[in-house]
Amino acid sequence: MAAGAGGHSPIEQFALTTFASFKPFGIDASITNSTVFMVATVGLICTFMHFAMGNASLVPNRLQSLAEMVYEFVAGTVRDNLDDGAEGKKFLPFVFALFAFVLVCNFLGMIPGFFTVTSHIIITAALAILVIATVLFYGFARHGVSFLKLFVPSGVPLWLLPILVPIEIISFVSRPVSLSVRLFANMLAGHIALKIFAGFVATLLAAGVWKVLSPLPLALTTALTALELLVAFLQAYVFAVLTCVYLSDAVHGAH
Amino acid sequence: MANPTKAAVKADLPSGQATVATVEHGHGAGSAFPPFDKSTFGPQLIWLVLTFGFLYFMLARKLLPRVSNVLESRAAGIRNDLAEAEHLKAETETSLKAYEQALTLAKTNAAGIAKAQRDTLTSETDRERAAVDAQMAAKVAEAEKRIDASKKTALTAVSGVASETVGAIVSKLTGQSVSGAEIASAIAAVTAK
Repeated sequence: MAAGAGGHSPIEQFALTTFASFKPFGIDASITNSTVFMVATVGLICTFMHFAMGNASLVPNRLQSLAEMVYEFVAGTVRDNLDDGAEGKKFLPFVFALFAFVLVCNFLGMIPGFFTVTSHIIITAALAILVIATVLFYGFARHGVSFLKLFVPSGVPLWLLPILVPIEIISFVSRPVSLSVRLFANMLAGHIALKIFAGFVATLLAAGVWKVLSPLPLALTTALTALELLVAFLQAYVFAVLTCVYLSDAVHGAH
Repeated sequence: MANPTKAAVKADLPSGQATVATVEHGHGAGSAFPPFDKSTFGPQLIWLVLTFGFLYFMLARKLLPRVSNVLESRAAGIRNDLAEAEHLKAETETSLKAYEQALTLAKTNAAGIAKAQRDTLTSETDRERAAVDAQMAAKVAEAEKRIDASKKTALTAVSGVASETVGAIVSKLTGQSVSGAEIASAIAAVTAK
């Protein structure tokens, strides 16, 4: 990042590099930098949870209380937004996995030179479609055809329904779009902005007298890094909360 | 938030195109913007399914149940301790109540015993006093009887002395002897007045 940062494009950081070409049964499953970071993310989460709860005791040590805090945080989100009973418990691993995966991917991406898995629309879209598919599958499995009442707001005059039902359907269909684009765009824009301002520092340093101005973009980069750390957490949280809200429709049916 | 980003991405496209063309990388050599490079979608999706699937499996089967077990056993421990404390408190309260009851009972009993004792004592005293009174009355009556008898004897003796004296006086005065019967009737006539 330091060497000739000014010469690099701010979107080069999103490029995928293939480390090993791997095509079993004609399917391209090549190992790329994205693969490495996905595996690292899952490895980090599993290792942390494993060692934190390794010799779990009634009175927790530091690592264990951290793991319990994360668990309680996600469990609280599920309780508040999805369901506070058995149904909520059923979906807790799913929401926890989404939250932890997105959070660790976002945070790993904040380390200079590291790849951000969640800055690719295909990843966020796949996760969002997984959420919506779960909502549809579980909703129909639980409520049958009456799950479609979700699109018919109750207590509305009959003549309004031809207008409201399409609106409800459009809002439902736009859920996966907004869910995936929100995370993708936040990660992408944040990293581009960081790269551009960091690039300014290098450009100014190489521009003779203008190097006196270089602390300005450096300070801005520092501030942006703090903001991006917040965004990295916030987007993971928003993703988890919205997942809970959407799953709540599947669990509780028509509102 | 999405709109300005897209605009920024589009604005970056021309310069990005130029750079990407010169930079060597495996996928998307022909595409300008890496996140929209369709040739990278396949491997990313496959590895996402593998890694996320593994993560979900591990969390759901092994890692999260451990946390929930610990949390549950802790909650159960606290619940048990609270129940135990509640139980002990109730026990203490029962004991206290029993103690108070016993105390009240003892107090009533003590009062009863004291009253009974006082009553017995009073009645005994009354009885003794009555006995003593009766004794005294009997003694007084006996004494009175004795006094009466003495008085009678004394009176008889007095009348005897009187009649003798009267006989002696009369014989001295008149020189005639008077019979005892005459004297007695005369005295009786005088004393009857």
